[in-house]
Amino acid sequence: MSTENTQQSLKEYVTATIGGQLFGLPILRVQDVFSPERLTRVPLAPAEIAGVLNLRGRIVTLIDMRRRLGLERREDRAPPMAIGVELGAESYGLLIDSVGEVLKLDEGAREPNPINLDPRLARVCVGIYRLEGQLLMVVDVDRVLDIGDKAIAA
Amino acid sequence: MDDLLREFVTETNESLDVVDVELVRFEQEPNNAKILDNVFRLVHTIKGTCGFIGLPRLEALAHAAETLMGKFRDGLPATSDAVTLILATIDRIKAILDSLEHDQREPEGNDEELIIELQRMVERIVPPAAQQTVGTLAPQTLERPLRPGEVSLDDLERAFRETAVEAPAKSATAAPADAGAQDDDGGKAASQSIRVTVDTLEQLMTMVSELVLTRNQLLEIVRSHEDSEFKTPLQRLSNVTAELQEGVMKTRMQPIGNAWQKLPRIVRDLSNELGKQIDLEMQGADTELDRQVLDQIKDPLTHMVRNSADHGLETPQERRAAGKPDRGRIRLSAYHEGGHIVIKIADDGRGLDTERIKAKAIAQGLATEDEVEKLSEAQIHKFIFVPGFSTAAKITSVSGRGVGMDVVRNNIDEIGGAIDVKSVAGAGLNFTIKIPLTLAIVAALIVESGGERFAIPQLSVVELVRARAGGEHRVEKLKDTTVLRLRDKLLPLAHLGHLLGAEDAGVENGFVVVTQVGSQTFGIVVDSVFHTEEIVVKPLSSKLRHIAMFSGNTILGDGSVIMIIDPNGVARAFGSTVTSQMAAGDAEIKHVADEEQTTSLLVFRAGSSEPKAVPLALITRLEEIDARKIELSNGRHMVQYRGQLMPLVSLSDRVRVKDEGAQPLLVFSDGSRSMALVVDEIVDIVEDRLDIQVTGDNPGVLGSAVVKGQATEIIDVGHFLPLAFEDWFRRKEQTASRRPRSVLLIDDSPFFRNMLAPVLQAAGYEVTAAASAQEALALLHEGRAFDVAVTDIEMPEMDGFGFAEAVRGDPRTADLPVIALSSVVSAEAIERGRRVGFYDYVAKFDRQGLIAALKEQADVTRAA
Repeated sequence: MSTENTQQSLKEYVTATIGGQLFGLPILRVQDVFSPERLTRVPLAPAEIAGVLNLRGRIVTLIDMRRRLGLERREDRAPPMAIGVELGAESYGLLIDSVGEVLKLDEGAREPNPINLDPRLARVCVGIYRLEGQLLMVVDVDRVLDIGDKAIAA
Repeated sequence: MDDLLREFVTETNESLDVVDVELVRFEQEPNNAKILDNVFRLVHTIKGTCGFIGLPRLEALAHAAETLMGKFRDGLPATSDAVTLILATIDRIKAILDSLEHDQREPEGNDEELIIELQRMVERIVPPAAQQTVGTLAPQTLERPLRPGEVSLDDLERAFRETAVEAPAKSATAAPADAGAQDDDGGKAASQSIRVTVDTLEQLMTMVSELVLTRNQLLEIVRSHEDSEFKTPLQRLSNVTAELQEGVMKTRMQPIGNAWQKLPRIVRDLSNELGKQIDLEMQGADTELDRQVLDQIKDPLTHMVRNSADHGLETPQERRAAGKPDRGRIRLSAYHEGGHIVIKIADDGRGLDTERIKAKAIAQGLATEDEVEKLSEAQIHKFIFVPGFSTAAKITSVSGRGVGMDVVRNNIDEIGGAIDVKSVAGAGLNFTIKIPLTLAIVAALIVESGGERFAIPQLSVVELVRARAGGEHRVEKLKDTTVLRLRDKLLPLAHLGHLLGAEDAGVENGFVVVTQVGSQTFGIVVDSVFHTEEIVVKPLSSKLRHIAMFSGNTILGDGSVIMIIDPNGVARAFGSTVTSQMAAGDAEIKHVADEEQTTSLLVFRAGSSEPKAVPLALITRLEEIDARKIELSNGRHMVQYRGQLMPLVSLSDRVRVKDEGAQPLLVFSDGSRSMALVVDEIVDIVEDRLDIQVTGDNPGVLGSAVVKGQATEIIDVGHFLPLAFEDWFRRKEQTASRRPRSVLLIDDSPFFRNMLAPVLQAAGYEVTAAASAQEALALLHEGRAFDVAVTDIEMPEMDGFGFAEAVRGDPRTADLPVIALSSVVSAEAIERGRRVGFYDYVAKFDRQGLIAALKEQADVTRAA
């Protein structure tokens, strides 16, 4: 267990772009980054679930982050990327537009969500960092994966 | 030291479980020295090992218990008190072991009182047991002297001290089933079985699963290369993999007795606590199933046995008052059937309280009072499985005060099993559980629908039918319902694409996967069928688990993931589309209701807006013909149909034969002849109870019934057939014997009487109908002679079995052959039918079968 306990309390984030917006995922939750292939669509599944695929013998459930965040469908045909995360014994992949660098950010500099943040974003984000030139939204992986019965009604 | 301790804890726990069971058995059979020997040996081993590892508390307890048991061994009576005390000691030992497992050391505490009590018990039963009195206790000391080959206690002790570390391994071989029998070759058995951790087995299984996947992958590659040198070695690899898989699966198999092990003790404690006398019978304890499945049903089974003991069985006084033996009985049995294991839990207690369930169902808003009144008792009993019906929140080995059957069903559902309940008030409760043997690797049919592949477990697939427009097996479409006529049966169909939410899916061309779930048979239409493959079932992600259509997913040979279709889910989807809105929101109840005596009815409109219906089973085919092809000949409408002229009959004057467009027809055939009823519109096929409430005065109408919540006229087909061919009912006489054979037809339902009478007349029989068994017997006693009787089984007051017995019992009628008609044809019923002397057993709608049975019977009599 090596939690960063320096004075600054730095935390590392894997950054990802979804619909032009920069998001950060705590690196401790990220298993791997992969480009999804041979995705199988799951009929009757909640809209956020893009499908399932075989990643080295494990079945991974892919979450369409654009859907999850209530963003527009992707226009360009660039190959998507996925960030692998785990919840309990299950593997999930978060489908994003592109993956960026790993950033070390000071826990103290994190600001709370603005109160007028889109509720779909507020649902999964737990704060904002002001970076040079852009904002980074911190994604709470557990909240992203909290696709419960409420979502199924759709 | 850690390893040693862990091993000690595991083994001791296992030994104690055996001691539990054996002690209870010993209490019942105090003369069985083998049981006692076994118990004694186990406790002795525990004591010795404790001393060796340095666990003084455990050692003292085990020693005190051993001393008391030593007295039993010396031939003293094993009183219930003494056994209770030993069991309490064992519970204490278990508690200490638990904390030993957690903290790696014995917990603080004092067992003084227990030990003193044990010692006191020893003293209490010792004094009279002086040497001279041994003789008077002789009956208890049967088989006491050491038999050849048996090891004396001293030897055992010595052996134990010399090989202290290995001792536990020996005790591990003490299988509960025949623990007593292995005295002589205990050592041999030890060398033949080894202890492997569950983790190792699980890992092995995972690896075999991967191997199966890889093998499938290779097969997939080779399949696309016709002549490959890999073919032969791959075949070999494939076989070896299959064998390996089987072998590993075998290591995972455990006797179901493992799940039952704790039950005798539980039942004993409960019976003491509740003041009831309970016999627990267990049959088929060595029936094996996958440990994963075993784990899942362990708690539900315990729970149900508890329920039986607690709520089901009455007190001895109540039992005596009800004229039953004092001792209540709970019987557990298990056996294999196909790829399933069937477990039954039966008690001879008071059965379910139908009124209370009714009241609770109404109180919980599961059904209204009106709806409940219409339900049969069996349907009401099924309410106990409805989620939230009971108050118990979850099952643990200690809870179980409530009913909690919904939780039981949930557990069983999770492993793809099914549970059914039968209760007879005052006579007992009977649960039947059917579960798959294994969940890990199953054979599945890979199919395609809407461009995607799916797996359907082979176990529930009955056959595959190719459906083609104009082909032999044709898919017929009635508005929202599609059916397939398959060997004289109309099979309800569901398009997989539709089930999975696809917008549009053609059904005319495709494959029908005929699937059976319980008593329901239906067809799943898919676009194409590939092959069967051994698939490794992987559990669905928790985000997808709510989708009833899927039971899991798997990785195919080509590396892609596909979903596994759950036939139970598909069956449920049928239930919800074909039944009315009873207990809205609970598909299961509807599904259950379907199984109860429902009839498939074709609903159509003709002449008026009120719906009309006719049993689907009577209809040969549904046609839609171009109205321009209808010809008028000799004042009658005709159509050329399959190379013959088929007369069209209008249901009433108000039904106009169309001039243009498509004319829907209901085609009835008998032998080579066909006629068609002209209707305005085919509405639907519904599955409902057929209960004619108002009989009709109009010719051609049997009466009215509520079908799907709407008053519907039930059409008398028998009325229309002669309208097409006047000789419809007579023309066969020439083929029958000169004197028409007379048939006595007994059925309480006017509908079936009216339906079958014309059918039998058509086949050349003279039919006399009776509405009840009594009426039929009265006819017979009047001296009316019949060649054969055809009787329904399910009738109020006197049923078909009773009728047959009455006929056999009367010398005047004893020779009358009786053919039984029933909508439920179970092996049990057939056996019972054989006993009461039924000549044959025919399904209710199987007209051909009935006629064949009648003919066969006639041939037999003629030959005789």
